[in-house]
Amino acid sequence: MLRVALRHRYGRDGFSIEADFTVPEAGVTALFGPSGCGKSTILSIVAGLLRPDFGRVVLDGDVLLDTERGIALPPEARRCGVVFQEARLFPHLSVASNLRYGMKRAPPRAEGPEFEEVVDLLGIAPLLARRPAALSGGERQRVALGRALLSRPRLLLMDEPLAALDAPRRAEVLPFLARLRDAARLPILYVTHALEEVDALADRLVLLQTGRVLAEGSVEELATRTDLPLAARRDAGAVLACTVAGIEDGLTRLDFAGGTLVAVMRAEPVGTRLRLRIRARDVAVATEEPRGLSTRNILAAEITAISPASGPQDVFLQLAIGDSTLLARVTQDSVTRLGLRPGLRVWALLKAVTFDHLGGPR
Amino acid sequence: MDLSPEEWQAVRLSLEVALRSVALGLVPAVAVALLLVRGRFRFFPPGRFLLDALVHLPLVVPPVVIGWALLMLFGLRGPIGGPLHDWFGIRLVFTTEGAALATAVMSFPLIVRAVRLGLEHVDPGLEAAARTLGAGPLDRFLTITLPLMAPGILAGAVTAFAAGLGEFGAVITFASNIPGETQTLPLAIYTATQSPGGEAVAARLAGISLTLALALLLLAELIARRMHVLLGRV
Repeated sequence: MLRVALRHRYGRDGFSIEADFTVPEAGVTALFGPSGCGKSTILSIVAGLLRPDFGRVVLDGDVLLDTERGIALPPEARRCGVVFQEARLFPHLSVASNLRYGMKRAPPRAEGPEFEEVVDLLGIAPLLARRPAALSGGERQRVALGRALLSRPRLLLMDEPLAALDAPRRAEVLPFLARLRDAARLPILYVTHALEEVDALADRLVLLQTGRVLAEGSVEELATRTDLPLAARRDAGAVLACTVAGIEDGLTRLDFAGGTLVAVMRAEPVGTRLRLRIRARDVAVATEEPRGLSTRNILAAEITAISPASGPQDVFLQLAIGDSTLLARVTQDSVTRLGLRPGLRVWALLKAVTFDHLGGPR
Repeated sequence: MDLSPEEWQAVRLSLEVALRSVALGLVPAVAVALLLVRGRFRFFPPGRFLLDALVHLPLVVPPVVIGWALLMLFGLRGPIGGPLHDWFGIRLVFTTEGAALATAVMSFPLIVRAVRLGLEHVDPGLEAAARTLGAGPLDRFLTITLPLMAPGILAGAVTAFAAGLGEFGAVITFASNIPGETQTLPLAIYTATQSPGGEAVAARLAGISLTLALALLLLAELIARRMHVLLGRV
């Protein structure tokens, strides 16, 4: 487990950061926030590349930094693997030498995946003899992932590893990140400002704004909180963990805690676990079970809360479906017209074609 | 081209002096360049400026003055030359070694400038990446910084070698003009122009001088290109 508490200020009256959060044993914790909220600074402080005015970083009981006690391990002694936004491969070394750079310097007893394993995992075997200059952006980033993992780190830090890539390259690298996450069995701190990366990779979310932690918790939990800036986004909505239950007539049947959904999406094998983001603006409600409707997903739900949304005319409905929660964005007018109130049993309507399936296999 | 043994001697001596001057100046020049670019000068902020000025002195001061200053410092009764001679039996004035020292001092700013340029091309982000991969200070200097600044070091060495072949003022002042000891190409050319009927000798030696300089410039360019390809900077 990683515990981070820090306070840092740029210049005398510059931007200040004051953050306090934990990263559990394994899995991905996303540090999420707009550009300039201080998330990359926090990562640099954890890696030891930046020394804060005040801070304490403890990894599995080992103090990496404690400004009050004058402890500050240098980055080379912290064993935090870092993946930077620009891959930062060493241009004078081959891909194979880049991959082995950290491996050679890891303590002899350090555990971690073998060279061949990592090369297979990331599909970089054909690149080993090349120089970084001869690689595409996506290939470079895959090598950088391998290099960090092979240094046998105790913690992986990723600083917007996909932000410098265009959309097709991002789509190329994202599945490898998911595979690495599942293979690494390490705590991963992942800095990003892209919500689709959070949906695809993160287990936990630390929400940052202007240097402060607004909230931390599971992705599913924070996605349905309407008091956070996430709710003001166009793609605000619930995130559901699903399992592919079957494919019929080109439609995928997905089980989630609370029911089943039918969706149009890329075919995945039965049993594949994935995440769906169900945008609040794609969810409608009915007070009676609708008939003669093209909408494929009609789910029995109960309104648990009604809260204001960003627009003056609309509100968020929190809908409990079994153990899951959905968000629906409806107008104030509909609330009045239909007499919507907490406790009311309604039907949640979701078109099968509205799903954004961005999550890799989980 | 027919050269007399004396003329050959001047060519060989020039090459030797230039080579020794580069060997002498290269490591200190890399150290000074590192200090100028990366040094923090926390306790004495003007230190960077003063060091920079000192290094560049040979470029702006007349070479004869540098030769004279060396004579004062390294002469047999100078503060450095005295002990060197008395304790170790090393004499620099009027010797090939002295000529190499004078040449090294004169070409020092050239190496420092080239190395500095090479060092400024090194992305500190790569060194930070090496740190996170477990490389300590010396390790990352040897495996990352040094290879990445190598084009600058090589360019500096070749330029200094080329310039060293032609050093005149500082050498003749400090090491004098002794055939076979300190009479390098430019000194031999000068001597030839001062002797009656020496025009042919002067012309031959000047031709060699020119050819060597051009060949070295070409070599420096080739090395630089090759290195940049190796480092993926094209």
